Amino acid sequence: MRNVYGWLLLTPAAILLVGFTHYPAFATLFDSFFSTGTVVRPTRFVGLANYAALGDDPIFWQVLRNNLYFAAATIPTSIAIALLMAIWVNDRLPARALVRMSYFTPTILPMVAVANLWLFFYTPQIGLLDKFTALFGVASHNWLGDPSTVMGCLALMTVWKEAGFFMIFYLAALQSLSPELEEAAKVEGASRWYYFRRVTFPLLMPTTLFVLVNATINSFKLVDHLFILTKGGPDNASNLLLYYIYQVAFSFFDTAYASALTVVLLALLAGLAIVQFQLVEKRVHYR
Amino acid sequence: MRVLDRELPLVETAAAWLLALLWVAPLLYAFWAAFHPAAMATHFDLTGPLTLDNFRKAWTYAPFPRHFLNTVILVTMILAAQLVLCTLAGFAFARFDFTGRDVAFGLVLVQLMVMPEVLIVENYKTMAKLGLVDTILGVGLPYMASAFGIFLMRQTFKTIPRELEEAARVEGCSMLGVLWRVYVPLARPTYLAYALVSVSYHWNNFLWPLIITNSVNTRPLTVGLAIFGAPESGVDWAVISAGTLMAVSPLLVAFLLFQRQFMQSFMQAGIK
Repeated sequence: MRNVYGWLLLTPAAILLVGFTHYPAFATLFDSFFSTGTVVRPTRFVGLANYAALGDDPIFWQVLRNNLYFAAATIPTSIAIALLMAIWVNDRLPARALVRMSYFTPTILPMVAVANLWLFFYTPQIGLLDKFTALFGVASHNWLGDPSTVMGCLALMTVWKEAGFFMIFYLAALQSLSPELEEAAKVEGASRWYYFRRVTFPLLMPTTLFVLVNATINSFKLVDHLFILTKGGPDNASNLLLYYIYQVAFSFFDTAYASALTVVLLALLAGLAIVQFQLVEKRVHYR
Repeated sequence: MRVLDRELPLVETAAAWLLALLWVAPLLYAFWAAFHPAAMATHFDLTGPLTLDNFRKAWTYAPFPRHFLNTVILVTMILAAQLVLCTLAGFAFARFDFTGRDVAFGLVLVQLMVMPEVLIVENYKTMAKLGLVDTILGVGLPYMASAFGIFLMRQTFKTIPRELEEAARVEGCSMLGVLWRVYVPLARPTYLAYALVSVSYHWNNFLWPLIITNSVNTRPLTVGLAIFGAPESGVDWAVISAGTLMAVSPLLVAFLLFQRQFMQSFMQAGIK
């Protein structure tokens, strides 16, 4: 009876989960061993040909490099700023609620809206960034059109969007620290910086690891801004893996190759999931 | 607020304020641009005339009313389905010792990592087979069975004492009656937290809706906003600001009113 009820309750959710998560994951793997069918040439088994093509595809390697660069540029900065924000609003300061709210607000905005707002800052000549640099006599610059500055611009925007989100995890962790620690440090005459370096920061390590993994996962999933700001350009300088999958599947209509690319993304996410799971297993994060 | 809070040193207080100002500056700037004539978007003049023209233009340039309606239908539909499906599944995992439960639960958790937007290629094919391309149902369907929701409901139901359930049974409640009269009312805070996260997520979601919709009658706000804000559309900056603010305002206002609940819910969603 328990069996019948249990499965009966689970069935509606299970059908949808299997239909839109497990089935497509396997279908993606399956499709990646076939060619993309056309009217004249039907789909056929090609073995690892799509993966071989992937190895020879300079754009694939570039988007992977971009993904790594993007993660490396945004994650440590967001984490550092988030930590700073959390430490500040954890203490008493005038208008604390307002300050905390300011930090968190970008989190609730859609990435598309954020990109719309920031697009204007980066616009050559009339944009705020150009107006600002003009004050120092720097010539107008096409920030998003130049391969050497485009990733920096996108990274800056992403840090702005995400730091406040990571702040709340640090804030919760800080509030769970025992106040006696701080009193003891005060009695010993430890400076604020010393206390942070030797006590707070090590105690927050679990949170830092947790945020680190989540931020890495986000860096692979978040591509909405590319649709507005650069479309992956110029010349793929700002293209990311998921956006490239979108282009291959829905602009170049090569779904088989897109499947092979998706398998790579799934493998990356699975690897990160294992890391995350082990962190939880070791109970490094407060619950 | 805790009593033990320390006073922040003056220099750091100033820095905290400065950072806060820096953080809201892009939004404040959008407000400035949206409420002033287009010519003033690029130079500041505090005495400049205020206007609602940009909002009026944005409202008519793009089918905003329709996008709003689509988004409201979408988030309501997803949330309603999620609440029902996740309650049933969460109840099954929390209170029934059925064969294969732990394996099934593990399979549910897979979705935390492999979210529908990663599987865009296959899910598009599935929707094409079901004839759901360019429908609001097609946008919402992949999200309705949410692993996060199931997980959250399971955890919540597990904390409810079994004695309450047994008392209800003695009173003659059926199994679903117990769920409805005992478990659901006691889980109200969890439902609220989950609803905030779900609505925020789907109000802001972009990639999947972009792929699966291709007409005004199905596109949600984010997709409409992307088309509207594209440089090719030739709409001026003040109008784009106004449109962007309109699209984010419901969520922004809700956040300003219920800050604490928002932050708490987002944190719960992050930790899982």
